[in-house]
Amino acid sequence: MTPRLRTTLLLAPATVWLLAMLVLPLVVVVVFSFGERAAAGGYTPAFSFENFANLGARWTAFKNTLMLAPVGTLLCLLIAYPLAYYLAVRADPKWRTLLLILVIVPFWTSILIRSYAWIYLLGGQGIPKLVSLLGLGSPRLINTPFAVLTGIVYGYLPLMVFPIYVSLERLDKRLLEASADLGSPPWRSFLQVTLPLSMPGVATGCMLVFILLMGEFLIPAMLGGGKVFFVGNALVDLFLQSRNWPFGAAVAVALVVIMLVTVTAYMRFTRRWAGGRDDVSLM
Amino acid sequence: MTDRNDFISREKFMAELWRYKKGSVTRRHFLGVTGLGAATAVLGSAVPGLRSAAWAQSGIGDRVVLATWPNYHDPANFEAFTAATGAAVDMNVFGSNEEMLAKLQAGGSGWDVFVPTNYTITTYVGEDLIEPLDLAKIPNYDAASYNQRFAGPGTVDGTVYAVPKNWGTTGFAVNTAQLGSNPKPTTWKEFWDMTRADFSGRTMVHDYQLTTIGNALKYYGYSFNSIDTKELADAEKLLLDAKPHLFAISSDYQPSMRSGDAWMTISWTGDGKQMNRDMPEIEYVLGKEGGELWSDFYAIPKGAPHLDAAYALINFLLDPAVNAKESLFHGYPTADARVDALLPPEVLNDPILYPAADLLDALEFGAAVTLTDPNRAELMARFKSA
Repeated sequence: MTPRLRTTLLLAPATVWLLAMLVLPLVVVVVFSFGERAAAGGYTPAFSFENFANLGARWTAFKNTLMLAPVGTLLCLLIAYPLAYYLAVRADPKWRTLLLILVIVPFWTSILIRSYAWIYLLGGQGIPKLVSLLGLGSPRLINTPFAVLTGIVYGYLPLMVFPIYVSLERLDKRLLEASADLGSPPWRSFLQVTLPLSMPGVATGCMLVFILLMGEFLIPAMLGGGKVFFVGNALVDLFLQSRNWPFGAAVAVALVVIMLVTVTAYMRFTRRWAGGRDDVSLM
Repeated sequence: MTDRNDFISREKFMAELWRYKKGSVTRRHFLGVTGLGAATAVLGSAVPGLRSAAWAQSGIGDRVVLATWPNYHDPANFEAFTAATGAAVDMNVFGSNEEMLAKLQAGGSGWDVFVPTNYTITTYVGEDLIEPLDLAKIPNYDAASYNQRFAGPGTVDGTVYAVPKNWGTTGFAVNTAQLGSNPKPTTWKEFWDMTRADFSGRTMVHDYQLTTIGNALKYYGYSFNSIDTKELADAEKLLLDAKPHLFAISSDYQPSMRSGDAWMTISWTGDGKQMNRDMPEIEYVLGKEGGELWSDFYAIPKGAPHLDAAYALINFLLDPAVNAKESLFHGYPTADARVDALLPPEVLNDPILYPAADLLDALEFGAAVTLTDPNRAELMARFKSA
């Protein structure tokens, strides 16, 4: 067997998978996006740009998503970085595995069940009741953008923690010793050695969380009480409620285009940020 | 509450187990009396290699897939069906008729039985998604014992496509302990006005265009089913104005009403009954201006994979004794006089289940056009994303 044939054979399953599961559905979505809604809902073939012209009707959904996805990603990063740092650098190795498992444990239960738990935690009988017992007023938490952000950070935190943890864990401690020997105080060693070396993890984590957040619909629906509307929610409604598949397809195409643009811009930005180092790039 | 005599109690089960262990009864007796025989047959049939003839007596296969609504069946009845026929009931729960239609339009739903609401049936017939029923296979359906007002929509152009399950109303539930100085609301006008005043942040509406838009239309006295552009524009103005005052837009309102987070919600009969049963301060109100009267049906989608099992399940659930248990469990009335004869008087006199005639007369059945009207769908999307 020639090496070339071997490579081809090894790549064949992935190629077939991508063609069947990514390219084909995408082609269907693009074709549908130029169609028209059938009288009773669904799809009728046509060639019209009307669905794209109507995209403004879902502007609020795009706006909410484009605001909450970056904010959610940033919050995840701010909480995950110190946690990952502690786990990788500071935690006693004999507890490390246990602590890592504790980060994953929530994943063992469906996000749906955990969101229901949050509904009760943030509802009138949960945290707000505790706060009012302490005499600090009775805040409204459930069904607000704050509740959605809480749910997002809670749900996606492990996806941010692990890539950062891996990059910090691989960090060569001798580099920090060298930095100290050369007279750097710890904060400076962190900024000039640790942080740049952990950038691949940060970039990967942010990318993972951001991409998934752009398509999120469950958390806004459950913790936002149906009042905080993401593109994901608009898509669910267009396909399952109003059954305007062509318009839904156009919204999906627009979302894909927005993702391509933001993710490309983001990758260029992180590459420059990390001083043109190649290992920061993901793909 | 629910009569579960046909099932073995925990104590009885243990007693039978001891008898079997001591050798005083045979294995066959033990499996039969505990229902484990049927359960084993179902489990066994899930593993192809173990398929046996245990369920072959009924010959309807090992499962039946049902698409229905939340809180709408007594699980004990399904267990009894499985015990009797060997077919396990695989239940899918939906939130709106639109969603059911979308799944059937997309094809390959795999459903055997589904539960459409009156106003959707003509669309299913038009789209060729629904199977005409062979009534010979549903002997428990006795058309003469049904109230035609609720059974009628199942027949399209003389062909019976669906047989009635339950009927009910769409009103609102209000927690009267939170009324303060407000009188108990009796109209949709009061519902929306209170929402934008003392009940701000405490009201829920359905995530369902038919009822949420319909009852906003009732604020102005328009038809629940209106698709008139000017009337819809008025309804949209009201909805957008009320949105900041809403607690949530969701059809899953029982948890929030029970926890006290929400004080008022658009509600269906059975939910109103279930909440009122546990918390009498939550009362169910039918708006005086009207609103929705509905009737749900059992129907079989085109291409149902287990057709015999589908007929068997529908026939089983329409057995008046079984149907009465369903009704007692979920709090929705049936249109079958034979079922009413089995229900206790306090249920038949319950104003939530059987509203006064003048309130009932003001209600409208949903109209087919609301299901497919693009303007109502877009209005709902604008309301939710605003």
